[in-house]
Amino acid sequence: MSAVIENHHDDHHHGPAKGLTRWLYTTNHKDIGTLYLWFSFAMFLIGGAMAMIIRAELFQPGMQIVEPEFYNQMITLHGLIMIFGGVMPAFVGLANWLVPMMIGAPDMALPRMNNLSFWILPFAFFILLSSLFMEGGAPNFGWTFYAPLSTTYAPPSVTFFIFSVHIMGASSIMGAINVIVTIMNMRAPGMDLMKMPLFVWSWLITAYLLIAVMPVLAGAVTMMLMDIHFGTSFFNAAGGGDPVLFQHIFWFFGHPEVYIMILPAFGIVSHIIETFSRKQLFGYSSMVWAMLSIAILSFVVWAHHMFTVGMPLAAELFFMWATMLIAVPTGVKVFNWIATMFRGSITFETPMLFACAFVVLFTLGGFSGLMLAITPADFQYHDTYFVVAHFHYVLVPGAIFSIMAAVYYWIPKWSGNMYDERLGKLHFWLSFIGVNVTFFPQHFIGLAGMPRRYPDYALQFADWNMVSTVGAFLFGISQVFFLFIVIKTVMGGKKATDQVWEGARGLEWTVASPAPYHTFGTPPKVD
Amino acid sequence: MNNKGKTSVKFLGMTVIAMFFFSFALVPLYNVFCEVTGINGKVFQSENSQEFMAEEGRDVAVQFISSNNERMPWIFQPSNEVMGVVTGKYYNATFYVKNTTNKVMTAQAVPSIAPSNAAAHLKKLECFCFEQQELAPGEEALLPVKFLISNELPKQIKNVILSYTIFDITDYNQENLAHLEMQVEKY
Amino acid sequence: MLSNFTNKLTGLLLTLSLFSSPAKADWFALNMTEGATAISEEVFNLHMLIFWICVAIGVVVFSVMFYSMFAHTKKKNPVAATFHESTKVEIAWTVIPFLILIAMAVPASKTLTKMYDDTAGDVNIQVTGFQWKWQYRYLEDGVSFFSNLSTDMDEIYNLVPKGENYLQEVDEAVVIPVGKKVRFLITANDVIHSWWVPAFAIKQDAIPGFVNTAWTKVDKTGVYRGKCTELCGKNHGFMPIVVKVVEQDEYDLWVSDKKEAAFKLAELTEKEWTTAELVERGESVYATNCVACHQTNGQGITGIFPALAGSDIVLNNKPRNIEILMEGVQGAAMNSFDYLSEVELASVITYTRQSWGNAEKGDGEIVSPKDIVDYKKPKI
Repeated sequence: MSAVIENHHDDHHHGPAKGLTRWLYTTNHKDIGTLYLWFSFAMFLIGGAMAMIIRAELFQPGMQIVEPEFYNQMITLHGLIMIFGGVMPAFVGLANWLVPMMIGAPDMALPRMNNLSFWILPFAFFILLSSLFMEGGAPNFGWTFYAPLSTTYAPPSVTFFIFSVHIMGASSIMGAINVIVTIMNMRAPGMDLMKMPLFVWSWLITAYLLIAVMPVLAGAVTMMLMDIHFGTSFFNAAGGGDPVLFQHIFWFFGHPEVYIMILPAFGIVSHIIETFSRKQLFGYSSMVWAMLSIAILSFVVWAHHMFTVGMPLAAELFFMWATMLIAVPTGVKVFNWIATMFRGSITFETPMLFACAFVVLFTLGGFSGLMLAITPADFQYHDTYFVVAHFHYVLVPGAIFSIMAAVYYWIPKWSGNMYDERLGKLHFWLSFIGVNVTFFPQHFIGLAGMPRRYPDYALQFADWNMVSTVGAFLFGISQVFFLFIVIKTVMGGKKATDQVWEGARGLEWTVASPAPYHTFGTPPKVD
Repeated sequence: MNNKGKTSVKFLGMTVIAMFFFSFALVPLYNVFCEVTGINGKVFQSENSQEFMAEEGRDVAVQFISSNNERMPWIFQPSNEVMGVVTGKYYNATFYVKNTTNKVMTAQAVPSIAPSNAAAHLKKLECFCFEQQELAPGEEALLPVKFLISNELPKQIKNVILSYTIFDITDYNQENLAHLEMQVEKY
Repeated sequence: MLSNFTNKLTGLLLTLSLFSSPAKADWFALNMTEGATAISEEVFNLHMLIFWICVAIGVVVFSVMFYSMFAHTKKKNPVAATFHESTKVEIAWTVIPFLILIAMAVPASKTLTKMYDDTAGDVNIQVTGFQWKWQYRYLEDGVSFFSNLSTDMDEIYNLVPKGENYLQEVDEAVVIPVGKKVRFLITANDVIHSWWVPAFAIKQDAIPGFVNTAWTKVDKTGVYRGKCTELCGKNHGFMPIVVKVVEQDEYDLWVSDKKEAAFKLAELTEKEWTTAELVERGESVYATNCVACHQTNGQGITGIFPALAGSDIVLNNKPRNIEILMEGVQGAAMNSFDYLSEVELASVITYTRQSWGNAEKGDGEIVSPKDIVDYKKPKI
């Protein structure tokens, strides 16, 4: 990790503009980071509300609350909003706030494009959410929108869905370009690549993944648009096309996408564990190589989402082996985190609680992922709640916990105020219990035979579904509590020092808390 | 921004555009991959009628299945449901089809082979699936398939299923879809 | 205000709890089934092997971590160690997991290869997924039928208690002989569905225009239930699969019964039906196919599904009435039902024309199977 000799605070810059237009026109990476984070929190709560509707319907067998048509709209929007509105913008927000400070740069490389990247997002989600009120309802074909359910059989709102996805993709691509150019060109002198903080590394790799695969998603939805409106037959067997082609194209994007959603989390967790163990991160270069290996491997495993589609044996074997292989670099990371803690001097403030929970629960998700990789077994897991349990474990106590950990960890730097430690711990424990009560039983019901995307189920699944719903409501309420904690912290609290955390290392801890509007106008010297 | 930065932006922008076109390139790539490996049960037209013929072959049973997509209202069934063939020889099979409605309709037949690793070894010289089929109200026809199963067929496969699904494409933009006029043996 | 709301909420929850945890709910539904075939048992064993390996790895890894979380707190270990790298250790914990993976991949590859054995079956069944039912066609014998969910709408909408096989029962099960190799040829009529029977460890997507194969050889007679496992529209959760595995002679009897039934149906199409016979037959057809939208009382759902009771078409327009059943309605949810037999179509239309007071208010015309046959003839 880099050590800092000296730093120069900015002196002559003006502060932020006054009024609401500050937020509309800002090109400041801190402001834009704040916008992304608040936006993602709002989307998280909206997507969460949909999850509450889903779990409420699944509380008992029978249709009580919504009709199956509307239920399918809820599961579709829940997935789209959480992924494209929750997790991804949150990580971009963290990148905006942290990457320039961590590398000693004054701002992102393309500040105006940065503003554009953010502001098209509320438009995209307005379009997507307004589809709920269109004739035929919102998209109802799952966030994976397989053809021909999403083409020939789609409601009219599918066109707006496609438009919305294009805009979200453009936002991600522009953000990724910004991140790469910033990291490659604006590091302070002395900060070699192998001296960069791991969060920066994680975002560098993530940004390359985004550049590579978001355009493929754009291609897929464009082909859908052409099939629906312009008489082409990419995915229509009648015209010589193939619905399975859609799946290949989608998952070529889709698999790297899930690593896009976890690599920044790995970066965050590395920072937090290092700080609260008061011990340098174990195996820095291995951690970098592990992230690179995961990213590269992520390109050659996509068809493990398609094991039941009728691929020949050779293909299934290849994808099984390649998928299993990803467990190796991922395991290396887990071992390195634990080795960092080992014989450290650990305290368990809220960020560390979330980070430790991440290590354990993400690993559980990794284990179910390994089970899913085993093709013959996957025939029994595919499209059941076992898959739902797996991806919620890696995404909720995985990605989302890392985002919460990051907020607790860095909010003193952003706002100048410490969050209330007792409230933070309470939020953690409620979330921890909530997340496990919600998702652990889903392994059982999946193995016992309940498929996913079902609004109703046979009686043997009733007990654990009921438990899962109770957990979901606990988790949901806890996040409203989190909102309260964040607002309370921003409004005031114990003043934070510059260093904030005893074991914290990195350039961001050398500037004042709250961080001045402009930092590192002059690059620091890094040794 | 310095020159290095500007170059980075240009390079990344071009990568984005390239990946977008790559996704479209996946379409023909997919077809080529399927044709070369025979994956996905896709079947393509053979050029040379002599190429796969052989003197000695082994017995394989070919089962014909028909499906009407979206319950499209034609009668569509194989003339013979099972045909015993010998590898290395050409055979003629037919499917009976009848438009039972009072409108002119056009159909497209799509083939699928099972097991998928047999597809590479099924050579079709002639197939009604290569063209659109138009039938007047009440019109019937016998649609031909001329095919051969090559000796390369893996030994453990003793039974091949050749399935056709007909799709109603009357309303499609005719120019976007296949090809030539009907080649149909009128009955 | 709040207490009033709380009272109502409590009332609602208590009412809901009346329908809760019915007899067949199961805290012990925790694991995959061993199934009824050699393959399903192999899959189960593979699943348990990987599971236990993961448990073992988890125990080892997490015990180190939890130990550290207790023993290496700042209080107990005020001065942190300074080690932060070790190439030896990195190599070790790269190579050892890699070897464990190979140990897993070998049996997995073997089992998968067995599942891909695609030689012929003693019985070959074409399985077609529809929105929202399955069609089965026995290729050797020409037996063909649809298999619809048979659970009552009233159970689904919590008006009556749920039966034991809630959402897992169909009107016509697939019947196959025990101990014989059965091959399934799986395709779809509209969107992608997926045919899954856990007891056979078979799951293959049903893709329109393409055929996927799967095979099984079941060791034990019994009834095995499966589900559609690919989102296919609004009733994705309501198109289950039931397979009855029986002894060979019972299977043969079933096949010949089905053939005879098909023959009889052809005869029935020819015969002269009385109104009462048609209405009686039509009532059960209606209950299976029409009730979901048009409701038992023929009232439909205002604004969404038109009422048949008092409908002008049903009362006065027999040709249009037939046309709608045969063609569906463009741009509306009403699909074509032309796959039903002529007898079923004639009887269900007659039922609607004769029920809910329609017979008195309308022209009272009935529809005979011959009318349907005539409709299907080409008009030149």
